[in-house]
Amino acid sequence: MTQHARDQERASPPLRNDGPLARYRMMRRIRSFEERVGELFLRGESAGSMLHLSIGEEAVVGLTDAMEEGDTFTTHHRGHGVFIGRGGDPARMMAEIAGKAGGYCRGKGGSMHIADRALGHLGANAIVGGGIPHVVGAGITARNIGAGRISVAFFGDGAMSQGILYESMNMAALWRLPVIFCCINNQYGMGTRVDRSAGRVDFAARAEAFGLHAAKADGADVEAVHARSLQLVQAARAGEPGFLEIDAYRFFGHARMDKSPYRTAEEEAEGRKRDPLAVARARLAETGVASDDDLKAIDVGAAAEMDAALAHAIADSAPPLASMFEDVFDASTCAPEPQSVRLARVLSEARR
Amino acid sequence: MAAIETTYRDAVRLALRDAMRDDATVFLIGEEVGLYGGAYGVTKGLIEEFGAERVMDAPISEPAIIGAAIGAAMTGLRPVAELMYVDFAGMVMDQLANQAAKSRYMFGGQIGVPMVLRTQGGTGRSAAAQHSQSLEAWMHHVPGLRLVMPATVNDAYHLLRDALRQPDPVVVIEHKGLYAAKGSLDVEAPDAPWGQPKLRRSGDDLTIITYSRMVLEALEAADQLAADGVSADVIDLRCLNPLDDALLVERVSRTGRAMVVTEAALTGSVASDIAARLQETCFDWLEEPVLRLGGEDIPIPVSPALERGSIPSAALIADVARWLVTREAPAWAA
Repeated sequence: MTQHARDQERASPPLRNDGPLARYRMMRRIRSFEERVGELFLRGESAGSMLHLSIGEEAVVGLTDAMEEGDTFTTHHRGHGVFIGRGGDPARMMAEIAGKAGGYCRGKGGSMHIADRALGHLGANAIVGGGIPHVVGAGITARNIGAGRISVAFFGDGAMSQGILYESMNMAALWRLPVIFCCINNQYGMGTRVDRSAGRVDFAARAEAFGLHAAKADGADVEAVHARSLQLVQAARAGEPGFLEIDAYRFFGHARMDKSPYRTAEEEAEGRKRDPLAVARARLAETGVASDDDLKAIDVGAAAEMDAALAHAIADSAPPLASMFEDVFDASTCAPEPQSVRLARVLSEARR
Repeated sequence: MAAIETTYRDAVRLALRDAMRDDATVFLIGEEVGLYGGAYGVTKGLIEEFGAERVMDAPISEPAIIGAAIGAAMTGLRPVAELMYVDFAGMVMDQLANQAAKSRYMFGGQIGVPMVLRTQGGTGRSAAAQHSQSLEAWMHHVPGLRLVMPATVNDAYHLLRDALRQPDPVVVIEHKGLYAAKGSLDVEAPDAPWGQPKLRRSGDDLTIITYSRMVLEALEAADQLAADGVSADVIDLRCLNPLDDALLVERVSRTGRAMVVTEAALTGSVASDIAARLQETCFDWLEEPVLRLGGEDIPIPVSPALERGSIPSAALIADVARWLVTREAPAWAA
């Protein structure tokens, strides 16, 4: 890597970030972001405590990096990492998680409902499996009027137990839609480990049964995820839908308050050894792609960027109260009547 | 263009056809909407004209049908998803209430869902407890959904055309007992603007407010009442959301007597909500309590005799209307 390329790399987060080093950098940004989401909560600045960190799942960058501008996607309640991988602005994300006016959704959605239409993010979802069928619809749009776009649903292993996933897989296969279903298997649906929720834990086999291209990739190895993703994305663009399971480990509890009493410290220690950042880092150093200094610079850059995002979110202002009535419907149509307006009308009539 | 005589069923089909001709992004998705032509024959012939990519026969997967329509709407198409029976709403309420209705809001106005959900409900065909319900209150309760229920042939056309011009999700609930109803359709003249109720009959003594097939029962009741010298307003709500209630307030303030009629189980019904609004807004003008008349709070029974008896009839509406005007109780209530 040339010095020029390194400078460019550090200067701004590119939407497309080809290459192992860029993927490492993206994973580091995700982890730094999630660490600061935790800090936001500890400082009492987050909107609520329903904060689901994706630490341990950063190898999803292998797939987000295989997607193109114009592709769409939906995510789940643990979707910060996916969105950053697709170019999400950490400052606006953090502001949304803090429920601030400058957040992606003007403080209406929060951690579990971030979206960005401009970047193809059709929405994070707090209903397990809720966003999955939307990529089928996006696939229909791509088929009927699109220009080679694909749509990807990201969800966790918990959604593997939702019927709507299988309805959606069937439709994607039936109509040969440019769609990928990506299960980020972090081994836990809240406190229930996959082997306590599935009679047979072979998720790829389920997808295969519906006629999808199915693959499983090691979630500790972002390059393995990326290689699989490239194949699936290429097939999807040709109307052959796919399924990818990223086999990862959720480093921390379900949400911020969860101390994981349902699993042992030994298991956690073992699971955290499957760290996609550590694996990528070691490989980059070993293969001489980056020096220790290069990697440290990336880490420091990510930390500074996310510190700034955190500070931005804390400094941002709360949304004005009247904005609560906006966006229920399109602004060109009639809005819900505030209770105070209705009551004022009734009370003033009575005074007549 | 002159008005034509047609049926409610054909008016819906014409609305779909015209919308699809005018706008290449409109497409249909649902169970049996294509080759079969729709469970009630509404979409017959559309797949021949528009092809299988715009008239999509879907597997029996109601949640994903609605979900796919949502995703298509988010990305630039105008889907008309068909839910064969409103009774299947239980299958799809997450997609409808948590996804379609809330996306614009949760995402801060970035992502609207301009889709139409067409479905049908109501009694009249002995379809029993799981195929005869009137579940509009379920949708009415959800912020973010528009809701219309056409009672006439002209509205069957125009409310659907209007729905397909809305930027937000609209639920159109047709009535299975109306598909064969005949009436006049003028594609250039809607009965009233979007969101406005329509005075179907004008009277002086009381105001009957209703919607969907109960409009026909109310009009028949008004005929019976006229023979007794009682003259009744009949207001057809047409749109339950948005609903401009100015006409209701004006007429009820004038007559001082109001009754709200629904085919749905009365408890928690749209009629209950309208009645509450009227007593709140028109209290000083009311001569009598606002009365509600609805379906019994029971599952719909299959026997035609029981089914008929479980929902309001013209005779019952007339009985209650007479009381409102004369305070003379009908024999069964004396």
